[in-house]
Amino acid sequence: MTKSVNKEPIDWNAALKEILSGGVTRTVVSVILGFAVGAFFMIISNREFLQSLGYFFADPLSSLRAAGDVVGAGYGALIQGSIYNPNAATFEGAIRPFTETLRLAGPLIAAGLGIGLGFRVGLFNIGGTGQLVSGLIWATFVATRMELPPVIHFVVAIVAAIVGAALVGAFVGFLKARTGANEVITTIMLNYIIVSFFNFLLTDNALLQGETAGGYTKSDPAFETARLPYLLGESYALNLGFVLAIAAVVVYWWLMERSTIGFRLRAVGFSPSAAKTAGINVERTFVLALGLSAAFVGIAAANQALSSTGGVTPTSHAGIGFDAITVALLGGSSASGVLLAGLLFGAFKAGSSAIQIVGISPDVLGIVQGSIVLFIAAPPLIRAIFRLPPPQTTSMLSALKSKLFSRGGK
Amino acid sequence: MRLELKGITKRFGILVANDAIDLVVESGQIHSLLGENGAGKSTLMNVLYGLYKADAGQILLDGKPAEFSGPGDAMAAGIGMVHQHFMLIPVFTVAENVALGHEPTKRGGVLDLDAARALVRKISDRFGFDVDPDALVEDLPVGVQQRVEIIKSLARDAKVLVLDEPTAVLTPQETDELMEIMRGLAKSGTSIVFITHKLREVKAVADTITVIRQGRVVGEAKPSTETAELASMMVGRDVGLIVDKKIADPGKVVLSVSDLSVLDDRDQRAVDHVSFEVRAGEILAIAGVQGNGQTELAEAILGLRAIHSSDGDISISGSSVRGKSVRTILERGVGYVPEDRQKNGLISEFSIAENLMLNGSFTKPYTKGLGIAFATRARLADERVKEFDIRTTSALTPAGKLSGGNQQKLVLARELSREVDLLIVSQPTRGVDVGSIEFIHERLVEERNAGKAVLLISTELDEVMALADRIAVMYRGRIVGIVDTKTDRAKLGQMMAGVAA
Repeated sequence: MTKSVNKEPIDWNAALKEILSGGVTRTVVSVILGFAVGAFFMIISNREFLQSLGYFFADPLSSLRAAGDVVGAGYGALIQGSIYNPNAATFEGAIRPFTETLRLAGPLIAAGLGIGLGFRVGLFNIGGTGQLVSGLIWATFVATRMELPPVIHFVVAIVAAIVGAALVGAFVGFLKARTGANEVITTIMLNYIIVSFFNFLLTDNALLQGETAGGYTKSDPAFETARLPYLLGESYALNLGFVLAIAAVVVYWWLMERSTIGFRLRAVGFSPSAAKTAGINVERTFVLALGLSAAFVGIAAANQALSSTGGVTPTSHAGIGFDAITVALLGGSSASGVLLAGLLFGAFKAGSSAIQIVGISPDVLGIVQGSIVLFIAAPPLIRAIFRLPPPQTTSMLSALKSKLFSRGGK
Repeated sequence: MRLELKGITKRFGILVANDAIDLVVESGQIHSLLGENGAGKSTLMNVLYGLYKADAGQILLDGKPAEFSGPGDAMAAGIGMVHQHFMLIPVFTVAENVALGHEPTKRGGVLDLDAARALVRKISDRFGFDVDPDALVEDLPVGVQQRVEIIKSLARDAKVLVLDEPTAVLTPQETDELMEIMRGLAKSGTSIVFITHKLREVKAVADTITVIRQGRVVGEAKPSTETAELASMMVGRDVGLIVDKKIADPGKVVLSVSDLSVLDDRDQRAVDHVSFEVRAGEILAIAGVQGNGQTELAEAILGLRAIHSSDGDISISGSSVRGKSVRTILERGVGYVPEDRQKNGLISEFSIAENLMLNGSFTKPYTKGLGIAFATRARLADERVKEFDIRTTSALTPAGKLSGGNQQKLVLARELSREVDLLIVSQPTRGVDVGSIEFIHERLVEERNAGKAVLLISTELDEVMALADRIAVMYRGRIVGIVDTKTDRAKLGQMMAGVAA
C-alpha cells in the first residue's frame, strides 16, 4: 500500500498534528494549567480580594486589581526565591536563589531518574523512601563511624549510599522474580520497615545515634572529610550533590538510549513475552531494573546524608522518594525530561519560603505540583480543553493504567 | 432483507479506502466479500454498521434509503455484525451477554434472566447451535463464543448478518461447523455478508462472490470459479499456490526429539511421548488441528517451557538442550518464528531496526562493548527491509504500524538473517495477505535448499502440502504418523482426526 512518492509537498498540517500529539506539548500545557490552578487558589484565599467581592458590582475593577496583585506578588516571590533576586544588595545575593534551586533539584533529579527507570521497564517502584533511607543508613555509617582520608571518605560514603539503596531494590526484584510478589506492595511495605529500622538505629549511641543527641533520634554530624565539597565556596550551600545528579542524567541517558542493557530493559518494559522469546531472561531483568532504579535513588540518599552540617534525622529523606514519582511522571521518564522536571520542582522548594514572606501559603505550590501531575495523568482532559488530536502513544501511562486497573495474572 | 450499497465512498485523508463501491446482497443469500488485508472490506462494513460515515453513496434496505448515525441505528434496522474480536464480557453467562444492552425486565426493574435464557435456548435449538445459556463465556471455546455473538445479533432480529473474518480464529472443525450454521441461517431467510481472504471457504459456502482490491470492486464471481482465478482477481496477478521445489536432499540430523512429554499452562499433558527427527535440508511439517500440542512442542524445543528429566529429551546437532535457557538454545543455532507474532515475535512500540536486533542484543554485530552499534544497525536494517520487501517508509517506523504481512516479513527477516541450522516456523502465513504468503513460502524453501533443517508447524493443510518434504500429523499431543507428501488429503484428514496411518 505504501508507495514512495518522489515529489510530495510537505504536509504542514500533519506535521503540526504530530508535534501537538507529542508528549512535550501536553507537558508544557499541563504546567501552564497547573500554575493557573495555583493562581486561582491564591486569589480565593486573599483577604483583599474577598473583601472587594462585597462591592464587586459597584467596583469590579478593584476585585480584578486585587486578584492581579496577589498572583503577581505570589509568582513574583516564587521567581525571586528560586531564580534571581533583584532586590539583593550584591550580585552574590541576587543569584543565591538560583543556586538554592539547583541544590534542592539535585536529589529530586537523581531519585526521579531512578523511579523513571522503573517506569520504562513497566515496574512501579513506590519504595523510593525506603531505598533512600537505606542509603542514608549506609552513608551515615561511613560518614560518622569510619575515619578515612579526605576525598576518599566522601567517595566511599557515596558508594555506600548507592549500594545500600540498590540492595533494597534488588531484594524487591528478587522477590518479584522468585515469588511473583507485586513490587508495588513490597516496596510500600519496605518503606515502613526501613524507616522504622532507621528510627531504631538512631535511638542507641552504640548504633548510629549521635554522642550529643541526648534523647533525640539524631546522628552525629558527618566528619568534615565525608561532606560533599561546596561548588561555589562556603557562602553558597550548593555542593557536589548537584554535579552527581547531572552525572546521573548522563549515565541514565546512555544506559537507556545507547546501551544494550537499556535495550533489554525497554524490551521487557514493552513486552515481557516477546523479550522472553528473544532469549532475554525476564526475571533477571526485573532484579537488575529494580536494583538500578534504587541505585539512582541512592545518589539522592548520598546528597541528603553528606550535605548537612548537623546530623541526619528520621525526616532527612525529605519526602524525596515520593516527589521523585511525580518528577518521573512529569519528565516522561526520559533523561532530559526528568532533568527539567527536577529543576522545576527544585525551584518550588527553593521559592516556598519567599512566597510565605509575601503572605501566601506555600501550600499553593503543593497545589501547583499536584495539579500539573493530575493534568499529565489525565491526557483526555487536556486534549478536550485544547482540542489536541489523540496521541500516538502514552505507553508509560497506559502501562500504569493496565497495571493498576486490570485483574488477574500478568 | 435485500441490502444494497450504492456508490459508497470513504476517504481517510488522502487514502481512499472505499471508492464508489456497489454491492447487492439478496435476501437469504450468503454473499462473500473477498479481498486481501487492507483492501477495504472492513471499512465498507463499518460504514454499513454506522461506525463510519460515508463521504458519498447510499445504503438501501429493501429498496428504501437508510441512514445510520451509529451501530444502534443499524441494529434497529436489522443489521447484525460479528466482529473478528468478540465483544463479549468473559465473566458473564451466555444469557447475560445476550441480554446486555436490551435487558428484559420484570416488574420493578428486576432483571428477567429467565426470558433471556429462553431466548438463547430458542435460537440455539432452532439452528442447532448447542449453546448452554448458563455457561460462563470465558469457559467456552472460541468457536462457541462466536456462536454467542451470532445469537446476540439474532436476538435483536438481525435480517442481515455481517461476519468479519469469522474463521481467522477458528480451527478447521469449527470452521466447518460455522459454515453449516451459515447455510442454516441463509435457508431461514437471513442475508449473510461473509468477509474473508480465504479462497477455499468462499468456494465452499458462498452463493455470490464480490472481489475487492484497493478499495474498488474488481469483479463478481461464482463459487464455481477456479481458485487460481479468484486469487489472481484478489491480488491482480497470477499467484503460484504451488511452490516450485526440487526433491529434498536431507543431510545429517539437526533436531532430534525423543519420547518428549510437555505440560501446558494448566498442567495437562499437551505433548505426549513424541519422537521425531528433522534433518538438514528438509522441511518437516507438523500438521494438525490447532490445540493438539503443536504450540507447546515448539515452546519446549525453544526452552520456553520446562521439561522434566523423566519426560524425554531434545537435542540439537547432537547435544541435549534440555533445561538450557532460551538464549543458549537460540545461540546454538535456532531460528524461531512464533505463532503469535504480535505477542511473542516483535515489540510493536519498537522500530523495525530495533525489532531486527531483538534477539541480537548480546553479541556482534549489533553490539559495541556495552553499547549498541547504531551505524551497523541502521545499515543492516535498510538491507533487510529491501531484501525482505518490508513495505515501509523507513526502518525507524514502529513495527506496530506495519500490516500483518509486513510484520511477519520483519520477523522472518530477523530469524533468517541469523546463522542458524534449525528454523522453527509456526503458522508463518496466518493473517498474512496473498502476496506475502507467496514470498514467505519461497523464502522457506530457499532456506531448506541452503541446507537448513526446517520444522514447519501449520494448521493450513494447503501450506503443509505445498512446503513439506515429510508430514507429521499431531492429534491430542501424539504424533499419529509421519507420512510423505504424496499422501492424499482424505487420508491426512483422517489422521488429523486421530486415525492412525
